[in-house]
Amino acid sequence: MALAYTPGLKVKASTVIQVERRLPIPGEVLVKEGERVEFDTVVARTSVPGGVEIVKLVHLLGIDPDDVGRYLTKKVGDDVKKDEIIAEKKGFLGMFKSVATSPTTGVIQQISELTGQVTISEPPVPIEIKAYVPGRIEKVLPNEGCIVQTSAALIQGIFGVGGETHGKLAFAVDSPDEMLTSDRIRDDYARKVVVGGSLVKVEALRKAASLGVKGIVVGGIEDKDLSDFLGYEIGVAITGHENIGLTLIVTEGFGTMCMSERTFNLLRRLEGKEAAINGATQIRAGVIRPEIIVPQPDAERAVHSAESSVVPQKGMEPGMAVRIIREPDFGRMGKIVRLPVDLQVVETESPVRVLEVDLEDGRKVVVPRADVEIIEE
Amino acid sequence: MEDKASSLKPEQMRVILATDCGSTTSKARFFKKINNEYRFVCAGEAPTTVEAPYEDVTLGVRNAVREVEELTGHRLLSESGMIDSRIDEKTGVDLYVTTSSAGGGLQMMVAGVVKTMTAESAERAALGAGAIVMDVIAVNDGRRLHEKIDMMRHLRPDMILVAGGTDGGDIEHVIQTAEVIRTAEPKARLGIGYELPVVYAGNKRARKQIEEILSSKFALTIVDNIRPVLEIENSEPAREAIHELFMEHVMSHAPGYNRLMHWTPIPIMPTPAAEGRMFRTLAERRNINVIGVGLGGATTNVYSVYDGKFVRTVSANLGMSYSICNVLRSAGLQNITRWLPFEADEVKIRNVLRNKMIRPTTIPRTIDELVIEHAVAREALRLGFEHHKQLARGLRGIQRSRTIADIFDQKSFVETYIDMMHIHMIAGTGGLLSHAPRRAQTALALIDGFLPEGLTKLAQDSVFMMPHLGVLSTVHPQAALEIFEKDCLVRIGTCVAVKGTTGEGSEAFKLTAIMPDGSRIEKSMNFGEVVRIPLDERMSISAEIEPSKELDVGMGPGNKLKANLEGGVVGVILDARGRPLALPDESHERRKKLLRWFSALDAYPQTSLQRYSQDLGGS
Repeated sequence: MALAYTPGLKVKASTVIQVERRLPIPGEVLVKEGERVEFDTVVARTSVPGGVEIVKLVHLLGIDPDDVGRYLTKKVGDDVKKDEIIAEKKGFLGMFKSVATSPTTGVIQQISELTGQVTISEPPVPIEIKAYVPGRIEKVLPNEGCIVQTSAALIQGIFGVGGETHGKLAFAVDSPDEMLTSDRIRDDYARKVVVGGSLVKVEALRKAASLGVKGIVVGGIEDKDLSDFLGYEIGVAITGHENIGLTLIVTEGFGTMCMSERTFNLLRRLEGKEAAINGATQIRAGVIRPEIIVPQPDAERAVHSAESSVVPQKGMEPGMAVRIIREPDFGRMGKIVRLPVDLQVVETESPVRVLEVDLEDGRKVVVPRADVEIIEE
Repeated sequence: MEDKASSLKPEQMRVILATDCGSTTSKARFFKKINNEYRFVCAGEAPTTVEAPYEDVTLGVRNAVREVEELTGHRLLSESGMIDSRIDEKTGVDLYVTTSSAGGGLQMMVAGVVKTMTAESAERAALGAGAIVMDVIAVNDGRRLHEKIDMMRHLRPDMILVAGGTDGGDIEHVIQTAEVIRTAEPKARLGIGYELPVVYAGNKRARKQIEEILSSKFALTIVDNIRPVLEIENSEPAREAIHELFMEHVMSHAPGYNRLMHWTPIPIMPTPAAEGRMFRTLAERRNINVIGVGLGGATTNVYSVYDGKFVRTVSANLGMSYSICNVLRSAGLQNITRWLPFEADEVKIRNVLRNKMIRPTTIPRTIDELVIEHAVAREALRLGFEHHKQLARGLRGIQRSRTIADIFDQKSFVETYIDMMHIHMIAGTGGLLSHAPRRAQTALALIDGFLPEGLTKLAQDSVFMMPHLGVLSTVHPQAALEIFEKDCLVRIGTCVAVKGTTGEGSEAFKLTAIMPDGSRIEKSMNFGEVVRIPLDERMSISAEIEPSKELDVGMGPGNKLKANLEGGVVGVILDARGRPLALPDESHERRKKLLRWFSALDAYPQTSLQRYSQDLGGS
C-alpha cells in the first residue's frame, strides 16, 4: 500500500509548469518553439463543421430517390443561400411547378440517390485556443497545439465550475475562516479574481457574476448554493464548460470549510498579481483539479522540472504532512507517525490499512490510508 | 498475442495474477494452486492512473501488484513490467490476465432503424459486449436529423454499432442512418486523428451501399445481421467484432494500454464482459435464474439470466463514488433519506455525498456515513434494475397469436419478462457490496434494491474478484470455477418474502421448520416484520410456509409452500414487509421501522442502533 495513496492538492509558491494547449480536432498551430506568448495569445485554431440541414426532395417534389439528379439545380460543393431554389420539378405543360429551397446558407455537402436527401452544411465554426498562461512555447504539437512553459505559483482546488479566464487577485476576507457574503463583494472587484474564506453563499456568487468578477476562490460551498447558482444539479463531476459568468474554485470541499492556511497565505502573498484560473474538474481515474496559476516571470529560469510530468514518485512515509479528507476531523492536518502493515478495524468495523497521525491540535488519531491526502512540500 | 495465448498450458499453471483496472481503483488478485486446488491468496489495490495527471494505466496496476508483493513476499514486478514466467516458488507468475473499465470503459453509440426493434437489439448487443451505451439512434427516436448529428459530434464515442432492417427487407432507412453518421463524422474519444470503428450488423442487402458511404471515413467492419428475421436476435457476431475492435482500436489508444497489452498473453477484457461471464456461468452450472449486479464507483451493471436468456445493462452514471451524486440527482434526496434511521439534515447529506464525489477513493469512518452510503446503494440498485427491466423483455415486432387475456392485458407486450417470484438467486459484486463490514448490510441492500419475492438465495463476491475470474475462465476455466466456488461466492442465505400487502401487524405467514439439530421451530410473522434465523453456510432446513390469504410466497395467494431453505453467513431472512415495499411517510414511524429491521438482522453495531433509538426517544 506504500504507493496506494491519494495525491494531495498542489500548493506551490514557485514551480515550472507546462500547460498543454490542444485543439479538439486537427488544425493549424500559430506559434513556433521558443516564442513568447501572453494570456490571450491565440496559439492554434481550427474549425468544426457547421450545423447541418437535410432536405428530403423525395417528399417535397414527389419523386423517386434515383431521380433526384434530374431535378437538382445545384451540385455537391455549390454554395447556397437561405431560401434559394436547389431543385425544381416542372408540372404539366410547365405549370404547377414544385420547388425545393435551401433552409439555410451553406454548401451542398451530399446528395443521396439512395434516400433522395440533400445535405447542406452551414459554414464551419472557427475555434481558437489561447495560450492561457504567459510563457514560452516549449514544444509544438503539429496540427494539434503546443505546450506552453512558465514559472509560476500553482494552487490546485478540489472542485470548480467555469472555464479558463484570468484576472488580478483581490482579497475579500481577512482570514481563512471568514465567510464570503454578498456584502463583501465590492464594485471594484470587476474583472478580478476574488479570494474568500470558508464559505461562499449563492447571493455572493450572483452579485459577483453581475459585477463582472472573473473568478471566486473559496474554501467551501454548500451543495444547495451551488445548484441554485448553476440552475441545475451536477450529476457527474465533469465540469469546466458552465456558462455562468465567472469561474468558481473551491479549495477544500462542500460545507463550511476554512481555507487551508497554506493556500490562504500563499494567495495573500500574490495579492494584486494577474492569475490564470480554470474551474475544470474531472474526477474519475486520476483527476483533473481546478487551478490557480500566478506567473512569475522573474523565476523563469530558476527550475526546470516539468510539473506536467508528475508521477507518484514515492509513497507515504513517517514524518510526511497529510490532511484528513473525510469526517470526522475533515480538513485537519498532521504528520504521519506510523504506518502499520496489518489491517485494522475502524469504527465502521471495516478492516482497512491505516496510519497514525499526530494532528496539529495535539491529538493522535488512527485514520484509513484512503482518507488522507499527502501535502506536497 | 494469439501465438502467446495458444502456447499457454493451463495444467502447468500454479501461480496466477489477475488485475482489474476500474474507474477508480486498480485491483490485483493473487491466486495459487495449493494442495492440488486453486485458491485466492491475497488482494492489493491502488488508485487507477489512466487519466491526467498520470495518463498511464500501468502505474496503478504496478502499485496494486506491489501491495500483493508486500503482503506475500512473492516477487511479481520486474523493472519495467511483470515477471511473466515463474522462476521459483517466490518469483514470477505462470499467467497474468486483466480486465479494464478505466477511463470510462468502452463507450459506444448504437443505431438502428426502429427504436424498439433493431435499435433495441443493437443496444442489447453492445451492452452484452461490455459497453456503456451513450446514445441510441433510431429513425423514429423523435429527434430531427440535425439534432442527431449535433449529438453525435458532441459525444465522441469509442465505437458505433449500426443495425437496421431484416435480411432482404427495405434498405432505405438503414442507408439514411449511415448517411447521417457520415455527415456527422464523429471523432473517436481516444487517439486524435484515427478512424473511428463502425460495426455494421444490419440488412445484408445494404452492405454494398454501407461500404460506399462509410468505408472512406471510418474503420468499417461488416458482420452478420443482428435481426436477420424479426423473430431472431443474432447478437454474437456483433459482440465478437466489438471485442476485437475494443482491443485493436480503443485499448491501443488509451494511455499505457499498449504496454499493459504486452504484459498479458490474452486480450484485455472489458470488466462488465468478464463479470457477466461469471454470472452466466453461475446460472448455467446450477440451471437457475440469476440476477447479478456489479455496483461500481462509476456504473451499475445489472445482469440477468432468466430461462436461459442473458441480458446485461449498464447504468453509466449510477455509481458509489465518482457517480454518487448522479444517484442523488436521479433518485432524489427523499428517496435516499427514506433509508436513514436518523434525522436527515438535507444540507449535511448533500455535502457528504458531494465530498465523496470529489474524493472518490475515501471510505466512511463513521457509522452515520456508512449508513448514508448504504442508503445510496439501495437507490442505485433500484434504478439500475429499473433500467435493466426495460431491456430484459421479449423481441418486439413479432407477429404473435394473442389470447383474449393478452388483449385485455396490453402490458404483457411491453413489460419485462423477469418475474421476481422466479428468480432463484441475487448475487452482488463491486466495492461497496463486497467490502460491507457486515454481510447483513449487503443482504439488506440487495433485498431493498431488488425486492425479491418468494424464495431467493442471496450471494456476494467475497473481495471483488468476479471480473478477474471471468477473464481467467477464458484461459483456465477449471481454476476460475474452483476459486469461484471456494473463495469468491459468499452464500449470504435465503430470503423468504411475501408478495402483496395486508394490514400492518396482522399475520403475514407461518413458518414451520426442522432445524439441522432436529429441533422444530414455528414462527408466526406479522406483516411489516423482518426476522433472521441463523443457519450456517452449506446447511439447509426443511420448511413449510403458509401465507395469509392475501399474500403469496410462490404458490399463489394463501397457498402453502414446502421448500428447503439454504443457510449462509447471515442465515434465513424472513421478510414479511410485502411487495411492493412501502415505507411510512412519517419520519418518526419510518425510522422506528428501519431500526427494527436493522436490529433483526444485526446489520449495524448495537451501540449505533441504540444511539439512533435514543434519538427517537426509545430505549
